[in-house]
Amino acid sequence: MIKSLKIRFILVVLFLVISVIYCMPNIIEPQGVWKKYFPSDKIHLGLDLKGGMHLLLELDTVKMMQNMVDRKFNAFKDAMIREGIRFMGLEKKENSLSVLIRAEQKEKLYNLVGKEFPDLKSGGTRTEGDNLHVEFLLLEREIANIKDNAVRQALETIRNRIDQFGVSEPVIVKQGENQILVQLPGIKDPQRALELIGRTAQLEFKLVDEENASRVTVGAIPEGSEILTMRTRNRETGIATTTSILLKKQTLLTGELLTDARVRIGGEFGNEPYVSIEFDSEGARIFDKITAENVGKRLAIILDNTVYSAPVVRERISGGKASITGGFTMDEAKDLSIVLRAGALPAPVKVVQNITIGPTLGQDSINRGIKATILGSILVIIFMVVYYRFSGIIANIALLLNLMYLLGAFSALKATMTLPGIAGIALTIGMGVDSNVLIFERIREELRLGKTVRAAVDSGYQKAWVAIFDSHITTLITACVLFMFGTGPIKGFAITLIIGMIINLFTAVFGSKTIFDWILIKYKPRRLSI
Amino acid sequence: MMELLKDTNIDFIGFRKKAFILSAILVAIGFYALIMISLGKANISVDFTGGTNIQIRFKENVDIGELRKAFTDGGISDVQIQEISGTKDFFIKTKFSDTDKEKIQDKVASILSGKYKDKKFEILGSNMVGAGVGKGLKKYAIIAVGLALVGIIIYVAWRFTFISGIAATIATFHDVVAILGVFYILDKELNLLIITALLTIAGYSLQDTVVVYDRIRENMAKMKSKDDFGVVINRSINEVLSRTIITGLSTLFALGALMVVGGEVLFDFSFALFIGLIVGTYSSIFVASPIVYVWRRKFR
Repeated sequence: MIKSLKIRFILVVLFLVISVIYCMPNIIEPQGVWKKYFPSDKIHLGLDLKGGMHLLLELDTVKMMQNMVDRKFNAFKDAMIREGIRFMGLEKKENSLSVLIRAEQKEKLYNLVGKEFPDLKSGGTRTEGDNLHVEFLLLEREIANIKDNAVRQALETIRNRIDQFGVSEPVIVKQGENQILVQLPGIKDPQRALELIGRTAQLEFKLVDEENASRVTVGAIPEGSEILTMRTRNRETGIATTTSILLKKQTLLTGELLTDARVRIGGEFGNEPYVSIEFDSEGARIFDKITAENVGKRLAIILDNTVYSAPVVRERISGGKASITGGFTMDEAKDLSIVLRAGALPAPVKVVQNITIGPTLGQDSINRGIKATILGSILVIIFMVVYYRFSGIIANIALLLNLMYLLGAFSALKATMTLPGIAGIALTIGMGVDSNVLIFERIREELRLGKTVRAAVDSGYQKAWVAIFDSHITTLITACVLFMFGTGPIKGFAITLIIGMIINLFTAVFGSKTIFDWILIKYKPRRLSI
Repeated sequence: MMELLKDTNIDFIGFRKKAFILSAILVAIGFYALIMISLGKANISVDFTGGTNIQIRFKENVDIGELRKAFTDGGISDVQIQEISGTKDFFIKTKFSDTDKEKIQDKVASILSGKYKDKKFEILGSNMVGAGVGKGLKKYAIIAVGLALVGIIIYVAWRFTFISGIAATIATFHDVVAILGVFYILDKELNLLIITALLTIAGYSLQDTVVVYDRIRENMAKMKSKDDFGVVINRSINEVLSRTIITGLSTLFALGALMVVGGEVLFDFSFALFIGLIVGTYSSIFVASPIVYVWRRKFR
């Protein structure tokens, strides 16, 4: 321990000043000079204490089923071609596919369906001369399954996105058949959160149809091509504009095979944020093939049907790495990387309800809780003074220091205060009181042995220190494990406890000893009021 | 010097058999409660089970505390009520599921029309919600608790002895399970707040145990023969007894205030901490140290 009283005193006061500076925005609205040079963030309050954004999202399952039937349709077509089944017509309906084949190929077709499409069942046949109309229905059990899975996948994806966005203590639950309820505490930028959550995040790579680009102006879109909007941002002005671009309809690669997406800064325009993506081995193989076959052509990178960039493929790219540029701002690039990492939603979502709600516990409970906490603290403070007299005052000063440091640390770390967090603070304060009780009881024992005040205080602190240290470290171990594995409220509890234990070790031992030493050196008392 | 206790000389180790019987009963009840909880037969909160969300609109301003009381009086005690900012709407979340959705809506309507005759209200809609705490989270919680226990055993084993490490975790576990048992018997609702309370209790109990261990370790160094281990334990607990009482008392003041003034939502939380304080103190004296004593006598 540091011997010099002056240095110790300066340390204690320095931390206090820093804490007060960080706490100030909670008391008065920062203005002018303060806002410019000092921290101006308030302590964030969790949903249970403050309320927050309440979003009700609805998964577009109709659109999802359409996509699903689309995919089945393509797979079915490919399988028939591969198996050499000739078909005159193939049609898709809402929940079924119908195919027109020659009657003698019926058995071959049924074999194929039985082998490769177990989720389809025959929905009847109709003869048309030599030909046969066969209808296949999607099993109802399968449809229900798909819908159920979709909601669950959407829930997981949204949870991932919110976790990475950094909102603590979100509530994300399934509501009704295909709705998802999301509650976000203390969101500063609701619009951005909304966009992040609601974005489908379908990443696709398609080729630009350059041969036919000129024909579009006439109004005719060639078969197998489509027009999408392309977003570009002016690098000087920062204004985003949209243009149209003609693309080949076929999707060469999707975001499903992505393993990672990160924000990087640099590239050909200096310090511009862009998103670098990485594919898994299969994705890398496909990307390698695409780039090898299309050197010199433009490859469009599409997210949710908007083209973000369409760079010319200069050379074959192996290794499975690519980047998405598009004149993003830092926030845009960050959000884009989050949605890419968290995966795509199985279907688009629609925001049904977007309101701001009050705290989970109700404002009345919180007000009563605050009143009770203040009353309880006063009782403890009085008790300490009654029982330990003058030394009790020192313990109370240490306690107040503890509280100030905690609030300061909370503000500085931008942690979110929740009810479990407050429970953590309560435990910290409790341990703070306990540390001082341990020390004081030791000092009393030493005094009983007939030691001088100075010696009793020194050895009291020294002996109590071991017990205090051990009990704090065991609590710290638990808190760290809870922090690593816990989510939501448990994590909030763990954070307060970790910060609290460290601060407590400082204030209860270092802080109160400094005050003791100062009094002992300055006044050299014969007796100690303890 | 104001003193509550002076030179006590209580034979704590002598009480160990009675204490072990009491603890065995507490833990047995706790395990029964654990089984019932895992079977979903306990009073488990909306946070874990899901329930029904009902949105109500009032014509005039309504006090949220009064509204809560109306529900409790009407027989729906486990409600979460949230105000919607800038409106006279409320979100009401109850545990009841979708199967009796119609009944719930009717019940809410009858409760409210009894209480607010003049303040006209309408039920805007009700909807089933899933559990707020996902299955994956439960899995992580179990891993976390397991790892924390291992961490504590290792640290305490390193600082003291392996036996004391095991005994400390047993005592901590004992407390948490016992309180679960008490809550089950009293049919109190198990919600996220109570889980936090349990974690707090675990922290408190562990700290209490470590303080006693520390004193035992210190006194062991002065011990002359190996036989008087029980004497050392007794002396150590007696020596830290005044600290135990003072800390317990000051915690009790804070908790008492929370129980009396905190209102019904916070009552169960502070009540859990209150029992936890008693059981935690009891276990560090009558469970943690006697286990070390019995163990050492058996295996040495």
